[in-house]
Amino acid sequence: MRSLVRSLIVIVLATVIFGFVYPLVITGFAQVAFKNKANGSLITRNGVVVGSKLAAQNFTAAKYFHPRPSATAPAYNAGATTFANLGPTNPDLAKNVAAAAQAILKLEGPYNPGLEIRDIPVDAVTTSASGIDPDISPANAALQSRRIAAVRHLPLATVQKLIRDSTDGRSLGFLGEPGVNVLELNLALDRLGGK
Amino acid sequence: MSGQGIGQIIFYAVALVALGYPLGIFMARAYTREKLDPVERGFLRLLGRHSGDEQDWKSYAKTVLVFSVGFTAVLYAIQRLQGHLFLNPDRMKGVAPHIAVNTAASFVTNTNWQFYGGEYTMSYLTQMAGLAVQNFVSAAVGMAVLVAVVRGIARRSSGHIGNFWRDLYRSLVYILLPLAIIVSVLLISQGVPQTFHGHATATTLQGAQQTIARGPAASQIAIKQLGTNGGGFYNSNSAVPFENPNGLANFIEMLSILLIPAAQVFMFGRLVFARRHAWMVFAAMFAVFAIGVAVNLPAEQHGSPVLRNSGVNITQGHGQSGGNMSDKEVRFGQASSTIWTVATSDASNGSVNSGFDAQTSAGSAVPLVNLFLGEVIFGGVGSGLYGMFFYILIAVFVAGLMVGRTPEWLGKKIEAREMKIAALGALFVPTMVLTLTAISIVTHSGLASIYNSGVHGFTETLYAYDSQSNNNGSAFAGFGATSFSAEVGTIALILGRFVPLVAALALGGSLAQKKIVPASAGTFRTDGPTFVVLLVGVIALTAGLMIFPALTLGPIVEGLMH
Repeated sequence: MRSLVRSLIVIVLATVIFGFVYPLVITGFAQVAFKNKANGSLITRNGVVVGSKLAAQNFTAAKYFHPRPSATAPAYNAGATTFANLGPTNPDLAKNVAAAAQAILKLEGPYNPGLEIRDIPVDAVTTSASGIDPDISPANAALQSRRIAAVRHLPLATVQKLIRDSTDGRSLGFLGEPGVNVLELNLALDRLGGK
Repeated sequence: MSGQGIGQIIFYAVALVALGYPLGIFMARAYTREKLDPVERGFLRLLGRHSGDEQDWKSYAKTVLVFSVGFTAVLYAIQRLQGHLFLNPDRMKGVAPHIAVNTAASFVTNTNWQFYGGEYTMSYLTQMAGLAVQNFVSAAVGMAVLVAVVRGIARRSSGHIGNFWRDLYRSLVYILLPLAIIVSVLLISQGVPQTFHGHATATTLQGAQQTIARGPAASQIAIKQLGTNGGGFYNSNSAVPFENPNGLANFIEMLSILLIPAAQVFMFGRLVFARRHAWMVFAAMFAVFAIGVAVNLPAEQHGSPVLRNSGVNITQGHGQSGGNMSDKEVRFGQASSTIWTVATSDASNGSVNSGFDAQTSAGSAVPLVNLFLGEVIFGGVGSGLYGMFFYILIAVFVAGLMVGRTPEWLGKKIEAREMKIAALGALFVPTMVLTLTAISIVTHSGLASIYNSGVHGFTETLYAYDSQSNNNGSAFAGFGATSFSAEVGTIALILGRFVPLVAALALGGSLAQKKIVPASAGTFRTDGPTFVVLLVGVIALTAGLMIFPALTLGPIVEGLMH
């Protein structure tokens, strides 16, 4: 009985300190020191929130770089992230990968004569873990660059430079892998004008 | 496997020792300081007279159990009532009863198995004042129990093993809170959200509406990693860019996963005056960790059968990490996903930065086996090392049998009572995993949870009970919540936590009463490499052999079929 009363006291204390004081203090600090990051790294254009640096969004137009496939419902739902959870030998995985590869061949083929399935980087046909992976591999960006250059009537070198500018290298030079942020890259393209 | 990938792994190991060793020294001091700080004195006064008195193991265990039951009830109530409570900007409804009871048990047992998606199920109040509080408290309970057991080993002819409330206080205030603040700030600086605003709505470049979930995430993620909890703020856990925005954040989180469990090994060495022995325990743990990395990384880099047959380019280099990128993130690629997979499954953490369901059969066999070893390779905060004590006793016992002497460990004679406790502690959970998996696989209610059909579905089920029984919390996430799986899971969670916990306290209590026997020429030395080999061997021969038949039905068959 005594340990029950003591437990209840500690439960109340712990809830107050670790459930309220701790997150409130951290939030206060975050809102002052890292306001944009603390609120979801939102990106605004002309006063309108157009997305977050940390969430992929759906791009289907030919003038934009496209993100990786997503298993969320609807795709790229940053309010309900999910894995695809298809096992390594699941026939559905094979179907999805084949369909994604065919779609890429159809889309990029006209701009990349002689494009074959073995030229498609694996990240372009596989779902990400979060369903909102904001990045594509530099190889994937390179594959899409000729289409962008042609559709937007830009020199390929300009597109390649924008890709480099939107590439987050490895942290400290060796942690993680380089990725090209698709939303930032598309925003940079839009800023450049063209169609 | 690239040089940069190996570099990351070596840097990780070095950083783990460089930070874990001093932290271990600090923790040893924090727990043994005789003087109470003023706040601690006030805390004990509030709890009443004699609340800070030394306890025997039974009294210590009783306090832990009553405290945990109380917290489970509170956590259940918060989830059920969240729809009527404050801090709910996105108007989440009350959580369904079978999910709420599983989640309450899951967080109180330091497991954080999740039959729900955080960002669309839980209100900010539940996340913050319910789940994140448990991330602190359940971790501190494990740490307190460990230090009590270690005291039992160190003391001689004593009936007491310490005081739970004091150990709890010091774990929370001296160790977990300061570390959580540091890690929170680091994560926020890298882009993890920390806000009370509700979901944001964006108008995308193509004119669609996109909902962006955010919230007080960083403060919770910091402690979920440090306390080997692992419950995600978001459904896809630490694969979500908001939880884990870049390579550096990923590294900080991976380090946080193993930091305290590694430090506790060094703390143990100081408290029992056997630092060389502690290094050997560390070496055994690290060896198993390294084996995990050495199996998982090449398997994932090689890619799954489906991807290899598809014809797309899975070769590493030329601007991509390559390999099995299904349910993986570009910014982590293979090496960072592998280290995380091995660390989180060794440490009973259970947070993930890639989807395990989609890993190759050889790759995902690594976390499956790591869990099954009882989460003693670093393991959960506290629970990892006290779980390892069971295996150490078995190793010492086996060595004793070989030379025909009564086994000794750290100057204490190991007798029938200790061996019974060690056998119970080491074998109860693996037996439960296999039993529950078997029940689940032969009943219609159990089969309903399976997402991938065939062999992989068996592995999903095995992994689910492996994870919940061993209080890990990671998942083959396709495995679905039914009222059957949630209720059987709840049993696994509770027994998996408290049977070994009480066994460990009983062991501590038993050892505390013993006298020290001076080491003789016949004493098996536990401070040399022979002991490391023996310990790893014992782990492989007990838990390893128990999982092997199940492994052949799951990943091994799957690997052979393609």
